[in-house]
Amino acid sequence: MAKAVTKKAAAKKPAAKKPAAKKVTVKKAEVKSPAVKKAVVRKPATRRKVAKKAPRSVAAGSPVVPQHVEKAKLIVPTSRAGTRGRGKPTFMGFRRENGRVGIRNHVVILPLDDLSNSACEAVAHNIKGTMALPHPYGRLQFGEDLELHFRTLIGTGANPNVAAVVVIGIEPAWTQRVVDGIAKTGKPVAGFAIEQNGDHKTIEAASRQAREFVHWATELQREQCSVDELWISVKCGESDTTSGLASNPTVGNFIDKMDAWGATTCFGETSEITGAELVCASRGATKAVGDKFLKTFNAYMDEVIEPYKTSDLSDSQPTKGNIQGGLTTIEEKAFGNLEKIGKKAKFIDVLGPAEAPRKGPGLYFMDTSSAAAECVTLQAAAGYVVHLFPTGQGNIIGNPIEPVIKLTANPRTVRTMKEHVDYDCSGILRREMNLSQAGDGLIDMTIRTCNGRSTAAEALGHNEFVLTKLYRSA
Amino acid sequence: MAAPDFLVHETKDSVGVIVVEGIKKGATLTGWIMENDKTIKIKCLNPIPIGHKVALGDIKDGDTIIKYGHDIGKAVASIKKGGHVHVQNVKTKRW
Repeated sequence: MAKAVTKKAAAKKPAAKKPAAKKVTVKKAEVKSPAVKKAVVRKPATRRKVAKKAPRSVAAGSPVVPQHVEKAKLIVPTSRAGTRGRGKPTFMGFRRENGRVGIRNHVVILPLDDLSNSACEAVAHNIKGTMALPHPYGRLQFGEDLELHFRTLIGTGANPNVAAVVVIGIEPAWTQRVVDGIAKTGKPVAGFAIEQNGDHKTIEAASRQAREFVHWATELQREQCSVDELWISVKCGESDTTSGLASNPTVGNFIDKMDAWGATTCFGETSEITGAELVCASRGATKAVGDKFLKTFNAYMDEVIEPYKTSDLSDSQPTKGNIQGGLTTIEEKAFGNLEKIGKKAKFIDVLGPAEAPRKGPGLYFMDTSSAAAECVTLQAAAGYVVHLFPTGQGNIIGNPIEPVIKLTANPRTVRTMKEHVDYDCSGILRREMNLSQAGDGLIDMTIRTCNGRSTAAEALGHNEFVLTKLYRSA
Repeated sequence: MAAPDFLVHETKDSVGVIVVEGIKKGATLTGWIMENDKTIKIKCLNPIPIGHKVALGDIKDGDTIIKYGHDIGKAVASIKKGGHVHVQNVKTKRW
């Protein structure tokens, strides 16, 4: 099919009125064009309520709603479907063609490569309600690194938080590969190639297509979903000792509860388990899974740390921010990090970077970098739809397609960086709340986020989309 | 109990974590051991920032530092009970 597309593009002369870019519109796109029928068939949401009070920016601790907001009598949806004390929670999500459930409804303009960023950004500028995801790679990669590139791009487009995708690449063959990969989910996707068309024609054709997708996607309705349909990833950053004391254990409490409810969850950060790797391996559901983790961990040590380390990694692990926050060694950081997987949950498989889980509900370990944006980008590409990010000193990360809920237990960070904090669990340190209460509060905040509440990172426009690259291009 | 000044993960730990701001040298600090819910008191020898560690007993050069009940590195200088434990006197055993 790819060949046919290339041929078609090369053979036909650009007609005067017909945009040439349309000729390389990937066939699939035409087939999968948004069906208005589909949207009409969808059930309308029935559980929307009118709020009685103003939104709470931070779930626990001091009230943070400014006075003028209270007075303005904002009417907002409370969106708090069954949570604390009411058993297994539900939320209002978007059910996709393949059955997976998303919590956002993005129309993504996805560049295949660095060269296509400008066209994607132009389309996103033309068509409101779309989002370009510029990135620096996609040319002359090969082998495992190229496979990871495709897996990440296809996974990003396939993520259930994405309703429809326009892919733009410099040439048709690899563009086709990304389009075909995303099309397997059954969602609308169209591809455009720039070579022999130029930016103008491509942008025009892609913009027309993107507009159709936006009309279609904006008519989709949320429906009630259960947390056993929810895929949640976790990763901490700019950690300090309060992370290990309270915010990571709060996530751990959340994971234990979600695991019992049948959610699909994921942790990663291979390098940041250094010092606690044997304890981590013991959390594998079987010895084989624990051994698979150790094999992954040791491979990272042998292939990356050993050849490239300087005197040691102490300049990078712990980070300067970690040290500022009181963390002294990688071992201390690792034991704090591991608090995120709770006390009961066992991981059932070890995933490669951006690899989708295939063994059903449960906790998974993914081999990732410990750099925040790289890790979350890989988890989102694996299909996770909501992320929990505990921080100590105040990491500000967001992700364009997977909402990132940030929590902290550091009272100074709550005070100095309030606009980045979705959930304040510093009360644990003052003994004002216990871990189970903190976990329940985080479940509440997660359900509210799934129902549509913008996270701090979304409100502030943090769209860190950072691809992992394994080695130099050819 | 009032809000503690420092927290200790486990009874085996040789360090606690300061969880309030503005701790001054010479202050008597109240600590909460999370594992057994016991309260301990310690006199602080340095002004220790929030999030940083305090020695719960005298630590000798070369001793293993225990936190979370686990080995988190080794002392590279002797540290007195109540002293500030951090990168100036503790190093990783890895990397």
